[in-house]
Amino acid sequence: MKTEGYKSGEHYDEMFTPEGKTRAHYLEFSETLKKTTAKKMHHLQFSANQTQRSMGMTFNVYHDNQGLEKILHLDIIPRIIPNEEWRKLEAGLKQRTNALNMFLQDIYNERKILKDGIVPSDLILKSKDYLEACVGLTPPKGIWCHITGTDLVKAKDGEYYILEDNLRCPSGVSYMLESREIIKRAYPQLFYKRGVMPVSNYPAKLLRMLQNLSDKPKPVVGVLTPGIYNSAYYEHSYLALQMGVELVSGVDLIVENKIVYMQTTQGLQQIDVLYRRIDDTFLDPLTFNPDSMLGVPGLFEAYKAGNIALANAPGTGVADDKAVYAYVPKIIKYYLNEEPILNNVPTYLCREEADRQYVLDHIDELVVKETNAAGGYGMLIGPKATKEEHDKFRELIKGNPTNYIAQPTLSLSTVPTLTEDGIEGRHVDLRPYILYGQEIEVIPGALTRVALKKGSLVVNSSQGGGSKDTWVLY
Amino acid sequence: MLSRVANHIYWLGRYLERAENYARFIDVNFNLMQDLPVDMKEQWMPLVAATGDLELYNQHNDGFDSKKVLFFLAFDERNPNSILSTVRSARENARIIRENLSKETWEKSNELYYMLLEGVEKKIWKKEDPRAFFEKVKNQILLLYGIADSSLARTEGWYFRQLGQFLERADKTSRILDVKYHILLPSEDEIGTPLDFLHWMALLKSVTAFNTYRRVYGNIAPASVVEFLVMNKYFPRSIYYCIKEAESCLHHISGNSEGGFNNSAERAIGELRSKLEFGDVGEIIAYGLHEYLDELQIKINSISNCINSNYFIIRDNFSSQSTPQE
Repeated sequence: MKTEGYKSGEHYDEMFTPEGKTRAHYLEFSETLKKTTAKKMHHLQFSANQTQRSMGMTFNVYHDNQGLEKILHLDIIPRIIPNEEWRKLEAGLKQRTNALNMFLQDIYNERKILKDGIVPSDLILKSKDYLEACVGLTPPKGIWCHITGTDLVKAKDGEYYILEDNLRCPSGVSYMLESREIIKRAYPQLFYKRGVMPVSNYPAKLLRMLQNLSDKPKPVVGVLTPGIYNSAYYEHSYLALQMGVELVSGVDLIVENKIVYMQTTQGLQQIDVLYRRIDDTFLDPLTFNPDSMLGVPGLFEAYKAGNIALANAPGTGVADDKAVYAYVPKIIKYYLNEEPILNNVPTYLCREEADRQYVLDHIDELVVKETNAAGGYGMLIGPKATKEEHDKFRELIKGNPTNYIAQPTLSLSTVPTLTEDGIEGRHVDLRPYILYGQEIEVIPGALTRVALKKGSLVVNSSQGGGSKDTWVLY
Repeated sequence: MLSRVANHIYWLGRYLERAENYARFIDVNFNLMQDLPVDMKEQWMPLVAATGDLELYNQHNDGFDSKKVLFFLAFDERNPNSILSTVRSARENARIIRENLSKETWEKSNELYYMLLEGVEKKIWKKEDPRAFFEKVKNQILLLYGIADSSLARTEGWYFRQLGQFLERADKTSRILDVKYHILLPSEDEIGTPLDFLHWMALLKSVTAFNTYRRVYGNIAPASVVEFLVMNKYFPRSIYYCIKEAESCLHHISGNSEGGFNNSAERAIGELRSKLEFGDVGEIIAYGLHEYLDELQIKINSISNCINSNYFIIRDNFSSQSTPQE
């Protein structure tokens, strides 16, 4: 299929240089692409869609008249990352995870970093994600963020920038795993020829990490799901199946004498580790949100007594707040005495007067985000918004400055993507997954989310984003 | 195994079996109608009656032309027992517990669901000859059984699904026998005529029993058909066989290898099994087949309730309680 006439525009393109030359790590793929007719490419795309449907790789969307279940479109042109580029990413992500974990342990215990004035106390202690109930707690093995899914983008300068540290049960890893299986069927020879690092042992690594949290020789592990109506239910059941552990929901569990039991056909059975995919405050109505019907009454007391391990530990949310994000480079320096390997996006905190004034004056150049919102909601992309929207956000910021941060608009890199009009560039981000078990490990692969609409920068699945398989080369 | 999961597996078994039975009923009835004289075409009412949803049908329809009945039995979402509804329920149960199914079993039930949606889109019930579609549905379910049979471990989950499947099958065999028998019986003077033969053949074919029956009994006689479908020891759709298999599933689940019973479900099913095992067809007919089958269906329901209270009910750690399926 032809790629002549492909325009990488003013953005960084992962496959082509600005002069239109194929980058070295895409050469083999480019060869395959040249030999494949457009018709065949569209056929491969069609088969991939069919396979996804039959696998039931769906996520649920509300307020959408297309029905409850939707497929996350998987584009068949992969995003390829050369090995040396990956090595740097890997080192940077390990460093960041390590520092954030130390930060969490500190702010719930000694609070040295607050006392030393590196991070403002009120930012942390007044955050709604700072859980009073966790003060003085050290989770099993001192690990807070067991599973992290950091969002990064590559800007015009060809450098990666961290966008968000997702420390509260990030989703999407099942797409990384299933997409790889589908794409392997599309280009079987290429995998032989070029060598792509495997991701398929992720469930085994995840299980080992979870088992590591208990001192029992054969701990009972479960995945705790909010249930079938949760948008990531497919992933919850997929991971439980792949790990060979129970998928439990709140109603299946019962706490007696600070011990958590599953209700089985043969009576009660103790459970030792929960990979919980329920938000902190829904875990236990007795400790947190009393209206939660998803959690288990008494779970938190059992956790405090050391009778159940929870991954991720409750309370991690405070560290991936968009305002705390601005302090991460300082956090890394403070605990590790190292320069951050990966870049932060310059961030204006509307809580600071000077920053706020700058944001109000330059709102048409900036991306404004709510500190506590996820999924691309509560967000203003200045250059693409109308004057009315600018004014609306100015008022919002003035009304509640601590709730907003702003960043310069980043130009997300593009990857060639199969569209009805041939192959065109589409913007992407990158979400690698990091496991913190006996050591910190970055899985050599990622979820690449792609904004399928021409020119769009919003990659979220709930707003018209798709995905790409991500190849890390040997 | 989690009680909630066992519950879903049990109902997965029941819904799949229900869907497969309906697909076959429709297929066989179509065949029958092609063989009937012109003035006797459109014999769809008895089939609707056999499903137990005659009342619901009449609420939404006038008359029994094939398109209406076909739509009602296969695609009507207002009918909780239509193939579409049961396949959707089966898939929903499978989706909830898919970590307990093999990947292929899940994928086949998912494909089955999309097959039905496609049927709705193509308006299969308006087709002159829709049999190919129902054949496909039936085969998809049989394929699913086959994959499960050769890939699933014989642990609790397996036995809960089998349990649901066999109880559902016993119920369906009893229903089709009940209705057809009573339509066929009054035409005593027609016994032995080609028309009569066609009807009995259709009944037997509805439960895939025709060939086996012929081999065992040769001629078609009402009492023999009843005996075969109620009490045959070897035919996998006879009521006795289904109940015996379901009993064995319950014993596997509780680990009862001694015979007798360990709980109320085992007691109820053991009682029913021995009644069937030591019954006599003459007595059944003298007692009244309809009354006999009616009681049998009630017993199957009460066994299902016993299974629910022994294995599926979970202690409420809040105040809400899940509603049972049916």
